[in-house]
Amino acid sequence: MTVEASWYLTLAAVLFTIGAVGLLIRRNVLVMFMCVELMLNAANLTFVTFARRLNDIAGQTAVFFVLVVAAAEVVVGLGIIVSIYRRRPGATADDIHGLKG
Amino acid sequence: MTNVLAAATIPDAVTFVFAAVICVVGALGVVLARNPVHSALMLVMTLFGVAVLFVEEDAQFLAAVQVIVYAGAIVVLFLFVIMLLGVDQREAIERDPLPAQRPIAICLGILGLAEVLLLARGRWPTGARSVSGALGSPANNVQLIGRSVFTTYLLAFEVTSALLVVAVVGAVVLARRPRHAPGDDDAPLGAIAEHDEDLDGPEAADPEATDPEATDPMVTGPDATDAGSSDAEAGGAEAGAGAAGAGEAGDGELAHSEVTGP
Repeated sequence: MTVEASWYLTLAAVLFTIGAVGLLIRRNVLVMFMCVELMLNAANLTFVTFARRLNDIAGQTAVFFVLVVAAAEVVVGLGIIVSIYRRRPGATADDIHGLKG
Repeated sequence: MTNVLAAATIPDAVTFVFAAVICVVGALGVVLARNPVHSALMLVMTLFGVAVLFVEEDAQFLAAVQVIVYAGAIVVLFLFVIMLLGVDQREAIERDPLPAQRPIAICLGILGLAEVLLLARGRWPTGARSVSGALGSPANNVQLIGRSVFTTYLLAFEVTSALLVVAVVGAVVLARRPRHAPGDDDAPLGAIAEHDEDLDGPEAADPEATDPEATDPMVTGPDATDAGSSDAEAGGAEAGAGAAGAGEAGDGELAHSEVTGP
Protein backbone atom coordinates (compact mmCIF):
# COMPACT_ATOMS: atom_id res chain seq x y z
CA MET A 1 0.00 0.00 0.00
CA THR A 2 1.30 3.42 -0.93
CA VAL A 3 1.45 6.54 1.19
CA GLU A 4 -1.88 8.15 2.05
CA ALA A 5 -3.17 10.81 -0.33
CA SER A 6 -3.40 13.35 2.48
CA TRP A 7 0.39 13.40 2.73
CA TYR A 8 0.70 14.28 -0.92
CA LEU A 9 -1.92 16.99 -0.58
CA THR A 10 -0.13 18.44 2.44
CA LEU A 11 3.14 18.48 0.56
CA ALA A 12 1.42 20.18 -2.38
CA ALA A 13 -0.01 22.82 -0.05
CA VAL A 14 3.43 23.45 1.41
CA LEU A 15 4.97 23.78 -2.05
CA PHE A 16 2.22 26.14 -3.15
CA THR A 17 2.72 28.30 -0.05
CA ILE A 18 6.46 28.51 -0.61
CA GLY A 19 5.85 29.54 -4.21
CA ALA A 20 3.27 32.16 -3.25
CA VAL A 21 5.45 33.65 -0.51
CA GLY A 22 8.41 33.70 -2.87
CA LEU A 23 6.34 35.50 -5.48
CA LEU A 24 5.52 38.14 -2.88
CA ILE A 25 8.93 38.67 -1.31
CA ARG A 26 11.25 38.53 -4.31
CA ARG A 27 11.90 41.52 -6.56
CA ASN A 28 13.73 39.83 -9.41
CA VAL A 29 11.25 39.23 -12.21
CA LEU A 30 12.86 35.95 -13.28
CA VAL A 31 12.78 34.51 -9.76
CA MET A 32 9.16 35.57 -9.41
CA PHE A 33 8.48 33.67 -12.60
CA MET A 34 10.16 30.55 -11.18
CA CYS A 35 7.93 30.84 -8.12
CA VAL A 36 4.91 30.74 -10.44
CA GLU A 37 6.31 27.48 -11.82
CA LEU A 38 6.54 26.16 -8.26
CA MET A 39 2.87 26.92 -7.69
CA LEU A 40 1.96 25.21 -10.96
CA ASN A 41 3.86 22.12 -9.86
CA ALA A 42 2.04 22.04 -6.55
CA ALA A 43 -1.26 22.13 -8.43
CA ASN A 44 -0.03 19.31 -10.68
CA LEU A 45 0.82 17.21 -7.66
CA THR A 46 -2.69 17.75 -6.33
CA PHE A 47 -4.20 16.72 -9.66
CA VAL A 48 -2.21 13.50 -9.79
CA THR A 49 -3.02 12.71 -6.17
CA PHE A 50 -6.73 13.04 -6.73
CA ALA A 51 -6.46 11.05 -9.94
CA ARG A 52 -5.06 8.18 -7.90
CA ARG A 53 -7.46 8.64 -5.02
CA LEU A 54 -10.57 8.73 -7.21
CA ASN A 55 -9.16 6.21 -9.69
CA ASP A 56 -9.80 8.61 -12.58
CA ILE A 57 -7.53 9.26 -15.56
CA ALA A 58 -8.91 12.81 -16.02
CA GLY A 59 -6.60 14.17 -13.33
CA GLN A 60 -3.53 13.10 -15.25
CA THR A 61 -4.98 14.52 -18.46
CA ALA A 62 -5.45 17.83 -16.68
CA VAL A 63 -1.78 17.79 -15.69
CA PHE A 64 -0.93 17.20 -19.36
CA PHE A 65 -2.78 20.38 -20.32
CA VAL A 66 -1.27 22.31 -17.43
CA LEU A 67 2.18 21.39 -18.74
CA VAL A 68 1.33 22.70 -22.20
CA VAL A 69 -0.11 25.93 -20.86
CA ALA A 70 2.91 26.38 -18.58
CA ALA A 71 5.24 26.02 -21.56
CA ALA A 72 3.31 28.64 -23.53
CA GLU A 73 3.23 30.91 -20.50
CA VAL A 74 6.97 30.65 -20.02
CA VAL A 75 7.61 31.50 -23.67
CA VAL A 76 5.45 34.62 -23.61
CA GLY A 77 6.58 35.69 -20.14
CA LEU A 78 10.26 35.40 -20.96
CA GLY A 79 9.64 37.36 -24.17
CA ILE A 80 8.11 40.15 -22.12
CA ILE A 81 11.01 40.03 -19.64
CA VAL A 82 13.57 40.19 -22.45
CA SER A 83 11.89 43.22 -23.98
CA ILE A 84 11.70 44.92 -20.59
CA TYR A 85 15.37 44.29 -19.85
CA ARG A 86 16.33 45.54 -23.30
CA ARG A 87 14.82 48.93 -22.51
CA ARG A 88 16.01 49.20 -18.91
CA PRO A 89 18.75 46.78 -17.86
CA GLY A 90 18.72 45.57 -14.30
CA ALA A 91 15.08 46.39 -13.75
CA THR A 92 13.30 44.80 -10.79
CA ALA A 93 9.59 44.48 -10.30
CA ASP A 94 9.56 47.80 -8.45
CA ASP A 95 11.03 49.67 -11.42
CA ILE A 96 8.29 48.57 -13.78
CA HIS A 97 5.64 51.09 -12.81
CA GLY A 98 4.99 52.76 -16.14
CA LEU A 99 1.24 52.22 -15.83
CA LYS A 100 1.05 53.68 -12.33
CA GLY A 101 -1.31 56.65 -12.25
CA MET B 1 0.98 10.80 11.97
CA THR B 2 3.21 7.80 12.26
CA ASN B 3 0.40 5.30 11.80
CA VAL B 4 -0.50 6.84 8.43
CA LEU B 5 3.06 6.43 7.28
CA ALA B 6 3.21 2.97 8.84
CA ALA B 7 0.23 1.90 6.73
CA ALA B 8 2.45 2.26 3.68
CA THR B 9 5.16 -0.19 2.90
CA ILE B 10 8.67 0.74 3.93
CA PRO B 11 10.06 1.47 0.43
CA ASP B 12 7.06 3.65 -0.44
CA ALA B 13 7.32 5.62 2.79
CA VAL B 14 11.06 6.10 2.40
CA THR B 15 10.64 7.21 -1.21
CA PHE B 16 7.93 9.66 -0.28
CA VAL B 17 9.89 11.21 2.58
CA PHE B 18 13.03 11.45 0.46
CA ALA B 19 11.24 13.08 -2.48
CA ALA B 20 9.29 15.40 -0.21
CA VAL B 21 12.47 16.63 1.46
CA ILE B 22 14.03 17.19 -1.99
CA CYS B 23 10.95 19.14 -3.11
CA VAL B 24 10.76 21.37 -0.06
CA VAL B 25 14.50 22.07 0.05
CA GLY B 26 14.48 22.90 -3.65
CA ALA B 27 11.47 25.18 -3.28
CA LEU B 28 13.07 27.01 -0.36
CA GLY B 29 16.24 27.31 -2.42
CA VAL B 30 14.33 28.90 -5.31
CA VAL B 31 12.94 31.53 -2.98
CA LEU B 32 16.01 32.15 -0.84
CA ALA B 33 18.89 31.97 -3.35
CA ARG B 34 20.34 35.38 -4.10
CA ASN B 35 21.64 34.37 -7.52
CA PRO B 36 18.96 33.66 -10.19
CA VAL B 37 21.12 30.86 -11.63
CA HIS B 38 21.05 29.09 -8.27
CA SER B 39 17.29 29.60 -8.16
CA ALA B 40 16.93 27.91 -11.55
CA LEU B 41 19.06 24.95 -10.46
CA MET B 42 17.05 24.60 -7.26
CA LEU B 43 13.91 24.62 -9.40
CA VAL B 44 15.33 21.64 -11.30
CA MET B 45 15.74 19.86 -7.96
CA THR B 46 12.12 20.46 -7.03
CA LEU B 47 10.94 19.31 -10.44
CA PHE B 48 12.86 16.06 -10.10
CA GLY B 49 11.33 15.49 -6.68
CA VAL B 50 7.86 16.03 -8.07
CA ALA B 51 8.68 13.61 -10.90
CA VAL B 52 9.64 10.96 -8.33
CA LEU B 53 6.31 11.54 -6.59
CA PHE B 54 4.53 11.15 -9.93
CA VAL B 55 6.15 7.74 -10.40
CA GLU B 56 5.15 6.88 -6.87
CA GLU B 57 1.53 7.69 -7.77
CA ASP B 58 1.51 5.59 -10.95
CA ALA B 59 1.75 8.52 -13.35
CA GLN B 60 4.74 7.31 -15.34
CA PHE B 61 4.02 9.28 -18.49
CA LEU B 62 3.66 12.52 -16.56
CA ALA B 63 6.90 11.86 -14.71
CA ALA B 64 8.75 11.47 -17.99
CA VAL B 65 7.12 14.59 -19.43
CA GLN B 66 7.93 16.47 -16.25
CA VAL B 67 11.62 15.71 -16.60
CA ILE B 68 11.76 16.25 -20.37
CA VAL B 69 9.58 19.35 -20.70
CA TYR B 70 10.08 21.11 -17.38
CA ALA B 71 13.65 20.30 -16.45
CA GLY B 72 14.82 19.87 -20.03
CA ALA B 73 13.12 22.74 -21.81
CA ILE B 74 11.61 25.29 -19.47
CA VAL B 75 14.48 25.57 -17.02
CA VAL B 76 16.98 25.66 -19.89
CA LEU B 77 14.95 28.52 -21.33
CA PHE B 78 15.18 30.27 -17.97
CA LEU B 79 18.93 29.77 -17.88
CA PHE B 80 19.27 31.05 -21.44
CA VAL B 81 17.42 34.22 -20.57
CA ILE B 82 19.44 34.71 -17.37
CA MET B 83 22.71 34.37 -19.27
CA LEU B 84 21.45 36.46 -22.18
CA LEU B 85 20.34 39.35 -20.02
CA GLY B 86 23.26 39.14 -17.62
CA VAL B 87 21.07 39.48 -14.55
CA ASP B 88 22.99 36.91 -12.53
CA GLN B 89 24.05 39.47 -9.97
CA ARG B 90 22.82 39.83 -6.45
CA GLU B 91 19.57 41.51 -5.75
CA ALA B 92 19.78 44.84 -3.93
CA ILE B 93 18.01 43.77 -0.77
CA GLU B 94 18.56 46.93 1.23
CA ARG B 95 16.76 49.23 -1.20
CA ASP B 96 13.17 48.36 -0.37
CA PRO B 97 10.49 50.74 -1.61
CA LEU B 98 7.77 48.82 0.21
CA PRO B 99 8.83 48.47 3.84
CA ALA B 100 7.21 45.72 5.90
CA GLN B 101 5.88 44.06 2.75
CA ARG B 102 8.09 41.00 3.15
CA PRO B 103 7.12 40.18 6.78
CA ILE B 104 3.47 40.67 5.92
CA ALA B 105 3.84 38.36 2.93
CA ILE B 106 5.46 35.65 5.05
CA CYS B 107 2.76 35.94 7.72
CA LEU B 108 0.06 35.75 5.04
CA GLY B 109 1.64 32.63 3.57
CA ILE B 110 1.87 30.86 6.90
CA LEU B 111 -1.71 31.88 7.75
CA GLY B 112 -3.01 30.60 4.42
CA LEU B 113 -1.20 27.28 4.79
CA ALA B 114 -2.47 26.83 8.34
CA GLU B 115 -5.99 27.64 7.20
CA VAL B 116 -5.90 25.10 4.39
CA LEU B 117 -4.49 22.39 6.64
CA LEU B 118 -6.95 23.11 9.45
CA LEU B 119 -9.98 23.25 7.20
CA ALA B 120 -9.05 20.07 5.37
CA ARG B 121 -8.02 18.06 8.42
CA GLY B 122 -9.81 14.79 8.57
CA ARG B 123 -12.15 15.48 5.67
CA TRP B 124 -10.28 15.77 2.45
CA PRO B 125 -12.86 16.36 -0.27
CA THR B 126 -14.04 13.38 -2.24
CA GLY B 127 -15.86 13.05 -5.53
CA ALA B 128 -17.28 10.62 -8.04
CA ARG B 129 -14.96 7.77 -8.86
CA SER B 130 -13.74 6.86 -12.32
CA VAL B 131 -16.00 9.24 -14.25
CA SER B 132 -13.81 9.54 -17.33
CA GLY B 133 -12.06 6.19 -17.19
CA ALA B 134 -10.26 4.17 -14.58
CA LEU B 135 -6.59 4.64 -13.88
CA GLY B 136 -5.68 1.10 -14.86
CA SER B 137 -2.38 -0.56 -14.29
CA PRO B 138 0.96 1.23 -14.62
CA ALA B 139 1.61 -0.77 -17.80
CA ASN B 140 -1.00 1.05 -19.90
CA ASN B 141 -0.70 4.53 -18.42
CA VAL B 142 0.34 6.14 -21.71
CA GLN B 143 -2.42 4.33 -23.57
CA LEU B 144 -5.07 5.54 -21.15
CA ILE B 145 -3.89 9.16 -21.23
CA GLY B 146 -3.74 9.07 -25.02
CA ARG B 147 -7.26 7.70 -25.28
CA SER B 148 -8.49 10.32 -22.82
CA VAL B 149 -6.79 13.20 -24.66
CA PHE B 150 -7.94 12.16 -28.11
CA THR B 151 -11.53 11.29 -27.24
CA THR B 152 -12.93 13.02 -24.17
CA TYR B 153 -10.70 16.07 -24.28
CA LEU B 154 -10.23 16.38 -28.03
CA LEU B 155 -11.57 19.95 -28.16
CA ALA B 156 -9.24 21.05 -25.38
CA PHE B 157 -6.36 19.42 -27.26
CA GLU B 158 -7.17 21.35 -30.44
CA VAL B 159 -7.49 24.62 -28.52
CA THR B 160 -4.10 23.84 -26.98
CA SER B 161 -2.53 23.71 -30.44
CA ALA B 162 -3.98 27.15 -31.22
CA LEU B 163 -2.62 28.40 -27.90
CA LEU B 164 0.87 27.19 -28.75
CA VAL B 165 0.80 28.93 -32.13
CA VAL B 166 -0.35 32.17 -30.51
CA ALA B 167 2.41 31.87 -27.90
CA VAL B 168 5.11 31.35 -30.53
CA VAL B 169 3.91 34.30 -32.62
CA GLY B 170 3.64 36.45 -29.51
CA ALA B 171 7.16 35.57 -28.41
CA VAL B 172 8.54 36.48 -31.84
CA VAL B 173 6.71 39.79 -31.84
CA LEU B 174 7.82 40.61 -28.30
CA ALA B 175 11.47 39.67 -28.72
CA ARG B 176 11.91 41.42 -32.09
CA ARG B 177 13.88 44.63 -32.02
CA PRO B 178 11.66 47.62 -32.92
CA ARG B 179 12.51 49.04 -36.35
CA HIS B 180 11.75 52.76 -35.92
CA ALA B 181 11.54 53.39 -32.21
CA PRO B 182 11.70 57.11 -31.35
CA GLY B 183 14.39 57.83 -28.80
CA ASP B 184 15.86 54.36 -29.12
CA ASP B 185 19.62 54.57 -28.86
CA ASP B 186 20.55 51.34 -30.59
CA ALA B 187 18.33 51.59 -33.63
CA PRO B 188 19.73 49.63 -36.59
CA LEU B 189 19.82 52.68 -38.86
CA GLY B 190 22.00 54.58 -36.43
CA ALA B 191 24.41 51.66 -36.26
CA ILE B 192 24.60 51.53 -40.06
CA ALA B 193 25.21 55.26 -40.26
CA GLU B 194 28.04 55.03 -37.76
CA HIS B 195 29.49 52.16 -39.73
CA ASP B 196 29.37 54.22 -42.95
CA GLU B 197 31.03 57.10 -41.21
CA ASP B 198 33.81 54.81 -40.06
CA LEU B 199 34.30 53.63 -43.61
CA ASP B 200 34.17 57.08 -45.18
CA GLY B 201 36.33 58.96 -42.73
CA PRO B 202 39.70 57.27 -43.43
CA GLU B 203 39.05 57.23 -47.18
CA ALA B 204 38.56 60.95 -47.19
CA ALA B 205 41.61 61.52 -45.08
CA ASP B 206 43.89 58.91 -46.64
CA PRO B 207 45.17 60.83 -49.75
CA GLU B 208 46.31 63.62 -47.51
CA ALA B 209 48.06 61.21 -45.19
CA THR B 210 49.70 59.02 -47.84
CA ASP B 211 51.37 61.67 -49.98
CA PRO B 212 52.34 64.49 -47.71
CA GLU B 213 55.06 65.54 -50.17
CA ALA B 214 52.55 66.59 -52.83
CA THR B 215 50.97 69.14 -50.58
CA ASP B 216 52.08 71.19 -47.67
CA PRO B 217 51.79 68.79 -44.73
CA MET B 218 51.75 71.52 -42.15
CA VAL B 219 48.78 73.38 -43.56
CA THR B 220 46.70 71.25 -45.91
CA GLY B 221 47.14 67.77 -44.44
CA PRO B 222 45.90 68.18 -40.90
CA ASP B 223 43.41 70.78 -41.99
CA ALA B 224 41.77 68.47 -44.53
CA THR B 225 41.82 65.56 -42.11
CA ASP B 226 40.14 67.58 -39.40
CA ALA B 227 37.55 68.92 -41.79
CA GLY B 228 36.80 65.48 -43.19
CA SER B 229 36.43 63.86 -39.81
CA SER B 230 34.29 66.62 -38.42
CA ASP B 231 32.08 66.47 -41.49
CA ALA B 232 31.77 62.72 -41.11
CA GLU B 233 30.87 63.13 -37.46
CA ALA B 234 28.25 65.70 -38.26
CA GLY B 235 26.77 63.38 -40.87
CA GLY B 236 26.89 60.38 -38.55
CA ALA B 237 24.99 62.24 -35.87
CA GLU B 238 22.02 62.26 -38.19
CA ALA B 239 20.29 59.15 -39.53
CA GLY B 240 20.83 57.27 -42.83
CA ALA B 241 20.51 60.32 -45.08
CA GLY B 242 23.13 62.00 -42.95
CA ALA B 243 25.56 59.18 -43.68
CA ALA B 244 25.13 59.76 -47.41
CA GLY B 245 25.76 63.46 -46.80
CA ALA B 246 28.94 62.61 -44.94
CA GLY B 247 30.09 60.54 -47.90
CA GLU B 248 29.42 63.40 -50.26
CA ALA B 249 31.16 65.83 -48.00
CA GLY B 250 34.14 63.50 -47.85
CA ASP B 251 34.20 63.23 -51.64
CA GLY B 252 33.99 67.00 -52.01
CA GLU B 253 36.87 67.38 -49.62
CA LEU B 254 38.86 64.83 -51.59
CA ALA B 255 38.17 66.60 -54.91
CA HIS B 256 39.09 69.92 -53.40
CA SER B 257 42.40 68.58 -52.12
CA GLU B 258 43.15 67.01 -55.48
CA VAL B 259 42.54 70.32 -57.18
CA THR B 260 44.51 72.39 -54.79
CA GLY B 261 47.29 69.88 -54.07
CA PRO B 262 49.49 70.35 -57.14
